[in-house]
Amino acid sequence: MINPFEIIETINMIDKENLDIRTITMGISLKSCAGPDIDVVCGKVYKKITTLAKDLVKVGGDIETQFGIPIINKRISVTPVATLVDALDEPTVEKAVMIAKTLDKAAKTVGVDFIGGYSALVHKGYTEGEKVLIKSIPRALAETDLVCSSVNVGSTRAGINMDAVKQMGETVKEAALKTADTQGFACAKLVVFCNAVEDNPFMAGAFLGEGEGECVINVGVSGPGVVKCALETVKGEPFGVVAETVKKTAFKITRMGQLVAQEGSKRLGVPFGIVDLSLAPTPAVGDSVAYILEEMGLEKCGTHGTTAALALLNDAVKKGGVMASGYVGGLSGAFIPVSEDAGMISAAKEGALTIEKLEAMTCVCSVGLDMIVIPGDTSAATISAIIADEAAIGMVNSKTTAVRVIPAPGKKEGDVVEFGGLLGTGPVMPVKRYSSEEFINRGGRIPAPLQSLKN
Amino acid sequence: MKAVVTVVGKDKKGIIARVSGVLFENDINILDISQTIMQDMFTMIMLVDLEGSELAVKQLTDKLHIIETDMDLSIHVQREEIFDSMHRI
Repeated sequence: MINPFEIIETINMIDKENLDIRTITMGISLKSCAGPDIDVVCGKVYKKITTLAKDLVKVGGDIETQFGIPIINKRISVTPVATLVDALDEPTVEKAVMIAKTLDKAAKTVGVDFIGGYSALVHKGYTEGEKVLIKSIPRALAETDLVCSSVNVGSTRAGINMDAVKQMGETVKEAALKTADTQGFACAKLVVFCNAVEDNPFMAGAFLGEGEGECVINVGVSGPGVVKCALETVKGEPFGVVAETVKKTAFKITRMGQLVAQEGSKRLGVPFGIVDLSLAPTPAVGDSVAYILEEMGLEKCGTHGTTAALALLNDAVKKGGVMASGYVGGLSGAFIPVSEDAGMISAAKEGALTIEKLEAMTCVCSVGLDMIVIPGDTSAATISAIIADEAAIGMVNSKTTAVRVIPAPGKKEGDVVEFGGLLGTGPVMPVKRYSSEEFINRGGRIPAPLQSLKN
Repeated sequence: MKAVVTVVGKDKKGIIARVSGVLFENDINILDISQTIMQDMFTMIMLVDLEGSELAVKQLTDKLHIIETDMDLSIHVQREEIFDSMHRI
């Protein structure tokens, strides 16, 4: 029989340390639904999603009870919808929004928490359909509940599409204004990527990439609380011990993700894709990435040393997780969404954590500037410039970076915005008041960086 | 299918009797049992075989939930694989 201490350890991780499977995400290809007639396309999309994902929520629930491990979200990711818009006869914003509404309806029918993939990949240039889709994003997000959207504006191999960066600044702004009554909530469902990954199970950036198959199961694990508790046992020890402790913990967490992914894939009769071994925080106290960094010896997340601590954490999570799963993918690492992390919320409120520091942190963690509320009067050009900075970090360092900022209408520095649920509470963080307008208005493309002479 | 039943709580009379009673009534065989006091808490771990029983993990959990509330305990029923996968390579 398994050692009783190990059994109790597992149960404590779940009961007291907030260990959970954050999401089981079914990727569904919509390539077969493309066509010139919008009504036919919407019909096909609805049918395909509701057929393939009809048991997803039930199977997720069954696994949850049988193994006693909470699965917080069940989600769907689809082929970037721009592909469908491109194939339409005379694509219009109206038609694109109809597809978004179809996705929303299908997601509600099968009972999932989110559906992602209202997306376009425009890191080098736009097609007609992609232009239309991006233009439709504010409406699509404002008029649906569960649809998430993402746009890839840069990559290490292609450079940064600065026209898209400009447009995305305006899009974020418009999305916020369209949902002013919910403090710009639409922006929480919109991510701007550089080097987007094709198999990410996490929202809002999940979509099923070009190279993916017909249908696939990806799983995202979580568990910052478990890592923090493990580190409490090695107070004062040198960093070698810290890294080793994180690795061992990440291994255990990922094994659980692997088990759920395999079980889900078997029961649904859908191939297993990847386990994304990310430390994804929630606003619950004890489920925070910031607290892990503080446990390493920082008085407050955001102070000097935070970047180094995060670099160690991110790397150790990957090293521990890689051996635990046959296929690791997605974003894999540590997430730093400000409004979703109790420790970050507190650090931002006290002024210890600033956007500049977060930007530095994104150089060494798995994502980017995430769930940051900025003043409502921030200009579109400034948002574009924030996106450009992040994309540059991703492009040069060959990693995924993303921007999910919420210019909350009517809010100013010092205010606090409540989103509720997993999305948490966002203190409004100040941005620079100097203009980037002329820079952003240039447009064109920033060339891809050199891959040698790296210094 | 094998499952692990974990019972943790303040020690009192009748915990083993009531839990094993439910298992017996539902034709569930206890394959292994260990009981200890861990951090001042009564901790019992049972490995049970659900093969012959009509009951699935879900229903067993529901039945044990009554004892859980009644006796102020924390009871978990989980398939064995979760522990295997987490602690064994």
